[in-house]
Amino acid sequence: MANIISDETIEYVGILAKLELSDKEKEQAKKDMGSMLDYIDKLNELDTKGVEPMSHVFPVHNVFREDIVTNNDDRDNILKNAPEEKDGSFMVPKTVD
Amino acid sequence: MGLTELTAVGLGKKIKAGEVTVKQAVEAVFEQIEKTEKDVNAYVTVLDKETVLKRAEEVQADIDSRKLDSPLAGVPVAIKDNMCTEGILTTCSSKILGNFNPTFSSEAVINLENAGAVIVGKANMDEFAMGSTTETSAYGETKNPWNLGHVPGGSSGGSCAAVAAEECFFALGSDTGGSIRQPSSFCGVTGLKPTYGTVSRYGLIAYGSSLDQIGPVAKDVTDCASILEIIASHDKKDSTSVNRESYKFTDSLTDDVKGMKIGIPKDYFGDGLDHEVKEAVLAAADVLKEKGAVVEEFELGLVEYAIPAYYVIASAEASSNLARFDGVKYGYRTNDADGLHGMYKRTRSEGFGEEVKRRIMLGSFVLSSGYYDAYYLKALRTKALIKKEFDKAFSKYDVILGPASPTTAPKLGESLSDPIKMYLGDIYTISVNLAGLPGISLPCGTDSKGLPIGLQLIGDCFKENNIIRAAYSFEQSREYKRPEIVLG
Amino acid sequence: MAKYETVIGLEVHVELATKTKIFCGCSTAFGGAPNTHTCPVCTGMPGSLPVLNKQVVEYAMAVGIATNCKITQNCKFDRKNYFYPDNPQNYQISQLYLPICRDGRVEIELEDGTKKTIGIHEIHMEEDAGKLIHDEWDDCSLVDFNRSGVPLIEIVSEPDMRSAEEVNAYLDKLRLIIQYLGASDCKLQEGSMRADVNLSVREVGSKEFGTRTEMKNLNSFKAIARAIAGERERQIDLIESGESVIQETRRWDDTKGYSYAMRSKEDAQDYRYFPEPDLVPIIISDEWLDEVKSRQPEFRYEKLERYKKEYEIPEYDAKIITESKHMADIFEDTVAICNKPKKVSNWLMVETMRLMKAHELEAEELSFSPENLAKLIELVDAGTINGNVAKEVFEKIFLDNIDPVDYVDKHGLKMDNDVDGLKVILEKIISDNPQSVEDYNNGKKKAIGFLVGQAMKETKGKANPGVINKMIQEMLDKN
Repeated sequence: MANIISDETIEYVGILAKLELSDKEKEQAKKDMGSMLDYIDKLNELDTKGVEPMSHVFPVHNVFREDIVTNNDDRDNILKNAPEEKDGSFMVPKTVD
Repeated sequence: MGLTELTAVGLGKKIKAGEVTVKQAVEAVFEQIEKTEKDVNAYVTVLDKETVLKRAEEVQADIDSRKLDSPLAGVPVAIKDNMCTEGILTTCSSKILGNFNPTFSSEAVINLENAGAVIVGKANMDEFAMGSTTETSAYGETKNPWNLGHVPGGSSGGSCAAVAAEECFFALGSDTGGSIRQPSSFCGVTGLKPTYGTVSRYGLIAYGSSLDQIGPVAKDVTDCASILEIIASHDKKDSTSVNRESYKFTDSLTDDVKGMKIGIPKDYFGDGLDHEVKEAVLAAADVLKEKGAVVEEFELGLVEYAIPAYYVIASAEASSNLARFDGVKYGYRTNDADGLHGMYKRTRSEGFGEEVKRRIMLGSFVLSSGYYDAYYLKALRTKALIKKEFDKAFSKYDVILGPASPTTAPKLGESLSDPIKMYLGDIYTISVNLAGLPGISLPCGTDSKGLPIGLQLIGDCFKENNIIRAAYSFEQSREYKRPEIVLG
Repeated sequence: MAKYETVIGLEVHVELATKTKIFCGCSTAFGGAPNTHTCPVCTGMPGSLPVLNKQVVEYAMAVGIATNCKITQNCKFDRKNYFYPDNPQNYQISQLYLPICRDGRVEIELEDGTKKTIGIHEIHMEEDAGKLIHDEWDDCSLVDFNRSGVPLIEIVSEPDMRSAEEVNAYLDKLRLIIQYLGASDCKLQEGSMRADVNLSVREVGSKEFGTRTEMKNLNSFKAIARAIAGERERQIDLIESGESVIQETRRWDDTKGYSYAMRSKEDAQDYRYFPEPDLVPIIISDEWLDEVKSRQPEFRYEKLERYKKEYEIPEYDAKIITESKHMADIFEDTVAICNKPKKVSNWLMVETMRLMKAHELEAEELSFSPENLAKLIELVDAGTINGNVAKEVFEKIFLDNIDPVDYVDKHGLKMDNDVDGLKVILEKIISDNPQSVEDYNNGKKKAIGFLVGQAMKETKGKANPGVINKMIQEMLDKN
């Protein structure tokens, strides 16, 4: 494997992605990510110098809304699926400030 | 001939003519579900029969009073479980959305319901549409109705299996890298992935936003064209929705390919392609040639770069799209939370399956500081080159013809252990998503194991009419084959 | 300490004055109960998609034009990925790669009259986050998404400022420009304008920048000044004691008067930006740009010059009046009705300022109508009421925007111009105060003041003191 994924990298990506992996999962993730990156490195065979990165396939642009209020109070629906709620708000573990 | 053997349009005609009632259609579907669902597991959720019958009654009344006139009025349908359905559990086949009841429906679903289609249930899929076998579902794998020991393909495996097993008359699927076309091919049904922007993505729970498209899965091309005509719309709620000149897809249902230029990419027939698949697909090309199409081989180029580019783009978008599943607003939340970040991590680690986590990790990595240019931008540049290759091809050909998948359906449990090998199975379908093109997969034979083989026809952007015409013409040359489901 | 120079750059967030949020049709109105101005889009419901509010683009363009920026005619949105409960999708739609405005500058003027140019690196559009309320009772936090998706522009300056005074002058300049455009009310206290301060110190004469820190949570001009002083001192202390400044985000606690680092292990500050796939690019044609340019209002400086020339208002007064767009609007609208610029200016400069101070009001909060001020000026000029009554009536206008004509009528405040009646009163006063008359006759002309005062008392202030003065003089001289 050309791409060796370190413990630190897996730890770091876990923080970014908010995923907690067991030690066994971490080993697997290191292997999977390494071999995926090896595979993806195939792209380096391609000369893409001067090629504009293409995020949208079609030249659609300027899709806008007018500044008009269209939504009413929909709180009951918005909170319907909340795991925990209180006083019309979503309840979460205390955020440290 | 049993009622459930009818095509969607065939049933719609009979309902309109008063030969069949909507209630009878619904009851026939429930009877079939009763019979085969236990073995096939095409659905995550089958709606309560009484609720569906009540809806059937309403639709019947509207048909009788001529308020409803669509070809699908009264026809029972399955919706892939990544499309929001108001008040109906929508899980994406994930534990993390195991209790999620959307408060609104997807635009495509609303369009279907306005046309009088009757929802029977939510079809199983690979978790968050990540997978090619429907084995990554948190609610058990779907089995291939042609052979219950095989996978139905994925990610719209539930939709395709439900159509093949006649547990519905048609279904909606979604296609990010082949997720409609590959399982359609494995299940011997017809599935169409429209040009990006044709069907609104509003209400489709995103996997790879720049690649996702909703499309029909049905028994034949006529059904697919008719369904697409109903679900396609210019939706102001979806900024990537395209205002097309025409939404008349059924006009192309003509048995006429005289002078149509069909290109066969040599690159699609190299190593890794099963020889039985190859023969069946080339035989299909011959049929079209006999009907007057001009068929020739050509070099498409860059075929092997589509998969790595796709996995960078799709994983990156997925890592961001799936960030919202955090236990705060909806869905699963861990019981065992230690502070905010602990809650996030536990919830997500317990709520997501392995394949989803794998792609989120990869996606987060390729976007992380220092790697964005090397991976993400590189993939977007590759995408631009792939699009150019297709532009070149479509300056010469009306349709590109090839297999939908290198093999027929693999056995259950064979694929997930080697992700890259599984990803390679998407080689013929993935570039179509990168370039935003329309593609259709329809049955063109079976292999020696009796498993269906799919023919893929790819068109230029907004040229669904060409692939519908070619597919319809080819379809006239053979009978629709039903699986004989050997129940367990 | 003097050998160190402070280098400051500002990131200013401004909430735009649109009626709806940036990506959905929810109201941006303040004060609703939690989550009553929300929908699937601004709460990150699965399957929801954003659609851009055109007004946001036009406001951003207008601010860019007014701050001499280059407008990016092909711009787009990116996703900034980070987890926090006030961020419903766990990504914020913002702009990194192609912000709508770049390379601008504004000129600031300091107390001593010196002028300085502050560069603007970029202005980008983004969505605001929701609000977190900490619930002590349940030891949890509550999330309200009413503010989630409110449109913001972030104005990023170059590190061109060197003192708190320059920072305040810059903020004031931005505030004026944006208020004149009507793009935001820019209230620092209410959070519609927020500033993050990037600060580093270096030895005077050094060309290199020091390591900077970013300070957040600054919600008043005073807090900004204190935070700058505090952070400058902290960094100098570190350097003097041989330690180094760490590049980090710090939170300023204004009550305690110090800042502390916000960084935690879970906060990697690696935002994984990538182009937002759910939104399409914005292409700003020359025509569109010209259209927005042609709609630009007269800004403060032009207004000030015009007031001096057109209305002959002194520079000082013109400055004060144009300090607030709202005040300038009141001025111009009142002048348009009564055509008496100097008198209007006088009411604003003296009585309005006095009452604003007494009631602790900002110019933006003035709520009286130009019509009523114009009517008041007419009443005085016509001699219907005297100056003292006018002040009293103005206070009512200032507070409750009453109609002065009705008010004067109802409360019988009209000046007494009944000469015969007055004569009787004055004769009585003269005969009741022989001492004053004698003083007057003996050459103490000032003694008349006492008699006028008595007369005003007798007429309950309704008489015209000028008229009374003249009448008494005539009567005494006749004797």
